[in-house]
Amino acid sequence: MVKPLHAKLFRDLWRIKGQAFAIMVVIGIGVALQVMMSGLVASLTQTRDTYYERHQFADVFASVVRAPEHVAHQLRDIEGAAAIDTRVTGFALIDVAMRDLPVSARVLSLASDNQHHLNEIRLTSGRRPEVGHSQEVVLLESFALAHNILPGNQISVTLNGSRRIFDVVGTAQSPEFIYYAAPGEIIPGHARFGVIWIGRPALAAALDLKGAFNEVLLTLRRDANLDAVLDSIDRILEPYGSAGAYGVENHTSNRFLTEEISGLEVSAKNVPPVFMLVAAFLLYIVISRMVQSEREEIGLMKAFGYTDTEVSIHYLQLIVMIALGGALLGCALGVVLGRLTIPIYTTYYKLPFLLFRLDASSFLTGILTSVTVASLGGAIVLRRIFRLAPAEAMRPPTPPDYSKTGSFGKRIVSYLDQPTRMVLRRVIRQPFRMLGAVVGIAAGMALSLSMLIIYEGFDEALDRTFNVIDRSDAFVTFTAPASNKVIYEMQRINGITLVEPVRSVPVILRNGRRNYAGAITGLAPNAQLFRALDASVQPIALPAKGVVLSTPLATILNLEVGESIILDIRQGSQPTIATRVAAITESLMGSPAFMDIDALNGLIDEENRLSGAYLSIQDGENTDVYNLLKDMPMVAGVSLRVEAEKAFQDIMDQGAGSSRFIMGFMAFAITFGIIYNAARVAKDERTRDLASLRVMGFYQSETAFVLLGELAVVTLVALPLGVLLGNVLSHLIAAGFSTDLYQIPVVFAPNATGTAIAIVVGAALTSGWLVKRDIDQTDVITALKTRE
Amino acid sequence: MLDHGQTEPYAAFRTKGLSKIYGEGRSAVHALRGVDLEIGRGEIVVLLGPSGSGKSTLLNILGGLDRASEGDAWFGGQCLTKMSNRELTTYRRNHVGFVFQFYNLMPSLTARENVELVTEIAENPISADEALNVVGLGKRLDHFPAQLSGGEQQRVAIARAVAKQPEVLFCDEPTGALDSTTGRAVLRVLQDVNEKLGTTILIITHAAATAAMADRVINFSDGAIRDVQLNNNPVDAEEIEW
Repeated sequence: MVKPLHAKLFRDLWRIKGQAFAIMVVIGIGVALQVMMSGLVASLTQTRDTYYERHQFADVFASVVRAPEHVAHQLRDIEGAAAIDTRVTGFALIDVAMRDLPVSARVLSLASDNQHHLNEIRLTSGRRPEVGHSQEVVLLESFALAHNILPGNQISVTLNGSRRIFDVVGTAQSPEFIYYAAPGEIIPGHARFGVIWIGRPALAAALDLKGAFNEVLLTLRRDANLDAVLDSIDRILEPYGSAGAYGVENHTSNRFLTEEISGLEVSAKNVPPVFMLVAAFLLYIVISRMVQSEREEIGLMKAFGYTDTEVSIHYLQLIVMIALGGALLGCALGVVLGRLTIPIYTTYYKLPFLLFRLDASSFLTGILTSVTVASLGGAIVLRRIFRLAPAEAMRPPTPPDYSKTGSFGKRIVSYLDQPTRMVLRRVIRQPFRMLGAVVGIAAGMALSLSMLIIYEGFDEALDRTFNVIDRSDAFVTFTAPASNKVIYEMQRINGITLVEPVRSVPVILRNGRRNYAGAITGLAPNAQLFRALDASVQPIALPAKGVVLSTPLATILNLEVGESIILDIRQGSQPTIATRVAAITESLMGSPAFMDIDALNGLIDEENRLSGAYLSIQDGENTDVYNLLKDMPMVAGVSLRVEAEKAFQDIMDQGAGSSRFIMGFMAFAITFGIIYNAARVAKDERTRDLASLRVMGFYQSETAFVLLGELAVVTLVALPLGVLLGNVLSHLIAAGFSTDLYQIPVVFAPNATGTAIAIVVGAALTSGWLVKRDIDQTDVITALKTRE
Repeated sequence: MLDHGQTEPYAAFRTKGLSKIYGEGRSAVHALRGVDLEIGRGEIVVLLGPSGSGKSTLLNILGGLDRASEGDAWFGGQCLTKMSNRELTTYRRNHVGFVFQFYNLMPSLTARENVELVTEIAENPISADEALNVVGLGKRLDHFPAQLSGGEQQRVAIARAVAKQPEVLFCDEPTGALDSTTGRAVLRVLQDVNEKLGTTILIITHAAATAAMADRVINFSDGAIRDVQLNNNPVDAEEIEW
């Protein structure tokens, strides 16, 4: 038999279904985000760890110019080292059919024995090169797919200045290229950067590294001290042109993936609670209204002998059902969202497999938090049930006392008509409820606005990087530092209008115990094509002495303008130089440091040398220019600004595009949930007032104003607060997500702000319209003749 | 909206075959069954009858709060039964005042502001202060409903209803929630309004004694008028035996 209280429970739930659903959606989004994000964290982490373990991804990396193979024995003896592998690597150019320009590529040696090696590749098609077949290569799968190259095809590769034809015998993935981009870029362009694995003997021969290596991979024992190991490696490799050993945490591919995961973790912890709190607040006002209007029933139940606890449990069950409903909805939605998100990840992160794994605990967490938080919101209301004496409950409530609000700004009030006074007095009389609604809407708006601002920041980064800082058409890198003469050679090429030399030198920048392994870029004085810019986007004149640091670098090294810095140069004569920070430059990609090119060359006694050049190319002459560049033996790679920009733009359009939609929906849902519930509750509380107005001869629109006016006030107050919070949050997010790999600028974002305001206002209007429809349908006579 | 064949001067209200049916089929309830009625201007009319006899339904239709199922009702020369919703609202706004058993004041407005709520939108109102003086509340202008007794709240409701100088005042159980002394005082206020402003007043009540103050007493039974009595010597409200 259904107990009468249970029947009441379901009928109550049905009666407030609109409000209950709005609250469920808010809870649902919170839980969905949590389930989705923690599921993604679990999926990515497990996949990454398994992948790394199976393919023995190294813990430590070090590169040298050339070290004889016997040095490896010394490295093997380092305390804490578990396994060690040496290899030969270099850069190459691949000729591809669909592109005028050759594609630059990493070339890595592949051990020909059958033993397990570090950073082992994962064959996805074909086979490994056979021993003795020096023309056989394996290609990185994503690159091969981008160019439709299959095992059995041939590729033309320029390696160390000479062009050779290779047979592609297989394609592979690798744990060191899960996330990769062309040098100097941060967005993957799988067609624009390749990886080739060649049998070690063949590659060593091609790069003149027979009996030697130029890269070391090392795994650590569990108890190893990373810093000590790095120091030992650096000491051993010092004589061989070491660029400095680094741990896996500084490995680019690993860093991108790991930072993605930790970003998700942070969001999974911080974003869902906002939804939970908003939902708790909504439940509070809805249940509060319900208890208020059911005072008589509560009094009656108590008079019949129901205990306070039994009556409270009845209302608590209602709360729990709504919370549970929302949580279950969220779990389902989270799984769907997670599955939909996986393909976005696999586009950029080349993992061997990526299945959306449910983090079972996230279900539990989602359900438990929503039920707990919702019950807390309700518990405050339920206290009132205990306070009600059965007899008191059955007397009609006295009219709410507004006398305290009467003194509010009498002068101001005297200018207002009565309906406006009603609106204002209600707002003032229930400051906490109004404040709750304002803060809730502002929080929802801030969440979306901050993300929209971040996206606008990306747009700004795109524009600043590709139109303001870099104004070249192409960047050419050389296989080895070239003489000045190459500038004149290039200037003679028909179609090239401007050539600006660049010298890039690997360096470890040090300030006390802080250090950063990076590079110093030497730029020509008064450079036009690539410039170092200050905070106000004005070019910085590079001084004859001193180094210009980018903001992230200054932060990492904790340096300000005028302070001294140690440059541990890892090229040429490898001098260690003390100099000063001459200026700080705003950069959004990487963490560059700049010097005057002649000053930089002077430091390493290599006058008039350049490692690359920025080019300005006349429109329409590109193909001819590329063909000539392709044939220059010293050219290691040519990257085009438009292509890098397009890759960036693509990621914005795909990933960010759908996120914008989700963010917009979230703001809409929160605002709608709050306004709709506030409006419903206000409407229920004031049915009689509104009916009275109708009887007195107020038109429907005038009546609606009295009700919706207060919601308009709440929304209008929430808007500036939302804008403020959104901007604060966007600064926090930008600071949290910016790394030395890339920086997110926070910009004044009129579009984002406009969009967020439009969404909130739209949600407010929608809920207002729904409630107004209800008001218009209210039976005036019944409303007036019933006791409250 | 002028009715054909109606002669000047119009009665305050006239109905012809006025019927109201709630619901359909077997569950249909005939609240009014073809009521024909005429009410003169400036009269105090008391409608008596048991619950469900149709008096409130008639009042609601005449007040522009409800629609008839059949028949016609005229307010002066205007046919109420042919008006649109908006026209009915305008009718209520300009010509009609209501007083209910539960005073229905705006809790967020003071006594004066509650009255001003109406004077702000009416065509030819008296001032709120004046209206409150009429009901004897000139000294409690700035009190909120929560600070007033039931009788005082009802007097504010009357002041609010009469401030627009309506031609008609509809009172549905105006003393239903009040004790006898307060009830008599409220009825006295209605009588004052009728005398000073010439307002036609329709009062629904369960208290048969109220009939003593009426010019016309209409007895309802089962959705129809049982009889109409004219009273040539209405008594002062204070003298009503409660």
